[in-house]
Amino acid sequence: MTDIPNGTLGFVMLCHTAFHRAAETARHWAERGCPVVIHVDRRVGQWSYDKFRNDLADLPNVLFSERFACEWGTWGIVAATQAATELILDRFPTVRHVYLASGSCLPLRPVRQLIAYLDERPRTDFIESVTTEEVGWTIGGLNMERFTLRFPFSWRTQRWLFDRYVRLQRAVGFQRTIPNGIVPHLGSQWWCLTRQTLTAILQGPDRALYDRYFRRVWIPDESYFQTLVRQVSSNVESRSLTLSKFDFQGKPHIFYDDHLQLLRRSDCFVARKIWPNATKLYATFLSDDAERQAAGEPNPGKIDRLFSKAVERRVKGRPGLYMQSRFPNEDWENGRTAAPYSVFQGFSDVFENFEGWLSKVTGSRVHGHLFAPDRVEFAGGEAVFNGSIPDNSALRDYNPRSFLANLIWATRGERQCFQFGPADLQELNWFMALDSNAQISVISGAWAVPLFKSNRNFADIRREAARLQKIEIEHLAILRHSTAKARIRIWNLAEFIENPMEPLQTIVDEISPRSLRRLTEAPRMSDLAGFGQFLQNLRNQGMQPVLMGDFPSSDDRPNESRRGRPYLVK
Amino acid sequence: MGIVGAYRLRLRRRRLHLRAWLKRRELTAIANRTGAIRSDSILLVSTLRNERIRLPYFLRYYRDLGVNHFLFIDNASEDGSPEYLASQPDVSIWSTRGSYRSSRYGMDWVTAIQRKYCHGHWTLVVDPDEFFVYPFCETRPLKALTDWLESSGIRSFSAMLLDMYPKGPIDAQPYREGQDPFEIAHWFDSANYSVKRNRGDGNLWIQGGPRARTFFADNPKGAPALNKIPLVRWDRAYAYASSTHSLLPRGLNLVYDEWGGEKASGCLLHAKFLDTFAAKAEEELKRGQHYANSAEYRAYRDGLQAQPDLWCKWSERYINWRQLEILGLMSKGNWA
Repeated sequence: MTDIPNGTLGFVMLCHTAFHRAAETARHWAERGCPVVIHVDRRVGQWSYDKFRNDLADLPNVLFSERFACEWGTWGIVAATQAATELILDRFPTVRHVYLASGSCLPLRPVRQLIAYLDERPRTDFIESVTTEEVGWTIGGLNMERFTLRFPFSWRTQRWLFDRYVRLQRAVGFQRTIPNGIVPHLGSQWWCLTRQTLTAILQGPDRALYDRYFRRVWIPDESYFQTLVRQVSSNVESRSLTLSKFDFQGKPHIFYDDHLQLLRRSDCFVARKIWPNATKLYATFLSDDAERQAAGEPNPGKIDRLFSKAVERRVKGRPGLYMQSRFPNEDWENGRTAAPYSVFQGFSDVFENFEGWLSKVTGSRVHGHLFAPDRVEFAGGEAVFNGSIPDNSALRDYNPRSFLANLIWATRGERQCFQFGPADLQELNWFMALDSNAQISVISGAWAVPLFKSNRNFADIRREAARLQKIEIEHLAILRHSTAKARIRIWNLAEFIENPMEPLQTIVDEISPRSLRRLTEAPRMSDLAGFGQFLQNLRNQGMQPVLMGDFPSSDDRPNESRRGRPYLVK
Repeated sequence: MGIVGAYRLRLRRRRLHLRAWLKRRELTAIANRTGAIRSDSILLVSTLRNERIRLPYFLRYYRDLGVNHFLFIDNASEDGSPEYLASQPDVSIWSTRGSYRSSRYGMDWVTAIQRKYCHGHWTLVVDPDEFFVYPFCETRPLKALTDWLESSGIRSFSAMLLDMYPKGPIDAQPYREGQDPFEIAHWFDSANYSVKRNRGDGNLWIQGGPRARTFFADNPKGAPALNKIPLVRWDRAYAYASSTHSLLPRGLNLVYDEWGGEKASGCLLHAKFLDTFAAKAEEELKRGQHYANSAEYRAYRDGLQAQPDLWCKWSERYINWRQLEILGLMSKGNWA
């Protein structure tokens, strides 16, 4: 196959590992008439280097260039690129475009499609080249400072010194001057440039000056050609022909066998970085039965989405999820729980069958007192609920926060409502008040209604009333705190029973905003005849009920004439 | 943490190494093929006792994932486990008649083996009833994961223990040798886990699942820990502090993100609840070699006598790792 004459496209490959794969790729290109010049990192052992050379010794259009040590972020990579590029331009005069690739690159489309693409654009330089203001992807927070500070220390192995030295230079206001007033540009290291452009850069009169300057710039492989190309080329297409994605640490994403279909449909010419053991990818893309593809413009949209979703998952995660590899510190949860839910305090005391009614009008799941002391009152009295959460109160009380987060997580897609009251476990009061997913509606003092109806000794009732009132006062203080983020509404019992429909309508509308209809059927209110007298009895016994609002002891109805408006605390 | 605290942790780590060094004498090599370990081999370390019936599938499962060499420590098996393992080409095996309990539930032996043979290797430490599942495990071998972890500068990888159980009494369907245990026990709890942070060692403390639900409802604190960090790029300076739940130095325990993001993680499918379980619980109780005076096994026995069905109507049927990912039990993190 080596009798195919050398064409207009040549490859420069920078290799430092997985040489058997690099050799396969180089052979693929070389056998299809594309000269290849390979640079091998000088830090690679002689044995590996010799073996690599031997593997390709039968190909006359594969050459090896002078070796430089290529530590990440240093000048070595640029020096290696320069030397290899000079070699390919010198030895293969037919070459018009030089494509800079790495050992872990893989061609996705037949090379003749790439040649045809370039033949249609013979004067175009494909190189991502943007000014420092426009890039948001640099590591270490250094953009323009890459060009104005000095970086004698390694970022990888001498991070402490690196950081200190940067800080020192900032403190004393040190600035390097940029030669000839060139405008620094940054971009992907992987480019495809024309002979004209490359020779203008490499043989230009100021090369020594520029080299001396860039030698001390940080990560010059992302800026040397990207900057200088703007000096010499008038036809820069600012994008890379190589599909290469970086994650949030500035580390390239890696392609595996299961990316095959995505890569195929991307219509990109070359991709990096390929996992060396991705056997199927190498077998597929280096074979010649490549007629499958329609030749279109590269379209890596789907791959972009895949990787940006991955980065988002790593950085933001799924709201409301607490698990082995996501356990956010307080206030870093991006949502304490996974979905909106409603907490009702006092409603089931005031109304008979409030739960059944609410579930009917809102279509949501309505539980009893989830935090009741003896057991978890799941809807329908279930012993186990979604996610296999048991109704055992000891397990719940061992970690109530996990209990609630689990429940809301496991029922995503179905709104959860539950009853709450001062007799329940109070441990999550702050957690819920600070949770923007919580809708908390409180009828204060309503806990007195079941006491009023109970058949207990009055001394017990009085003691219990005092206890519950104290707990509810503390809870209300939390709900009224300025930092509360939940949607909180509080009525006292008197104003609520004066006008119950309006508050109910507001709450129901918020739970199911799509079914904006008037409530026709109200839940049946508990009979409160004699409740005023009950409160008066409590007072007579020395306990001061303060949360119920104004119930005259003589009349059964509160005499307040103003309409009790719900107030939205937040 | 001050210098004193740091020094105290260092002493603790040193003490663990010293224990391991002393306990190494309890180990006798039956088959030592560690010469076959290459510099990039992925290793698996496991302690066992009378697990013969499980071994064929266990070995096949991990060979398929890409484990290159197995290092077993046999604690006085009587069912032919050591002979079977010694005949496998990629297995090295040591035997001991020493006390499981007084060697920190086997961890001293494991540490001794790890310090000697695992330095610089990605090493998986699992029990014979634990099956490692990680993102993309159907399409990418273990080496893809370890390469990625290495290039991301990650040294340790979390895999929560996920208790799997059958529907109906656990001894209804006998386990056959070589069988995939999850053909029988393919149910699990999807969101019934308590997560707390252990400030001391910086690891998470996860409990819950069917065991907490069924056996520990009146003693939630005593429910077994499910957090595990089984995959570590081992260094001889490291040591497992408490089973595989936590490590020293403490930085290795930071397998979770604290700022809202998700780190990549996997699961250890736990095939404990098969018909072999009742016999095992009885035997372990007699030996009294397990944690906290075998309270766990006692709770099991009491529960087992009541013929428990771990299954409930909200149990989830296992499909694949993607399902576990969606349910939030593990995460791809930024691996795509």
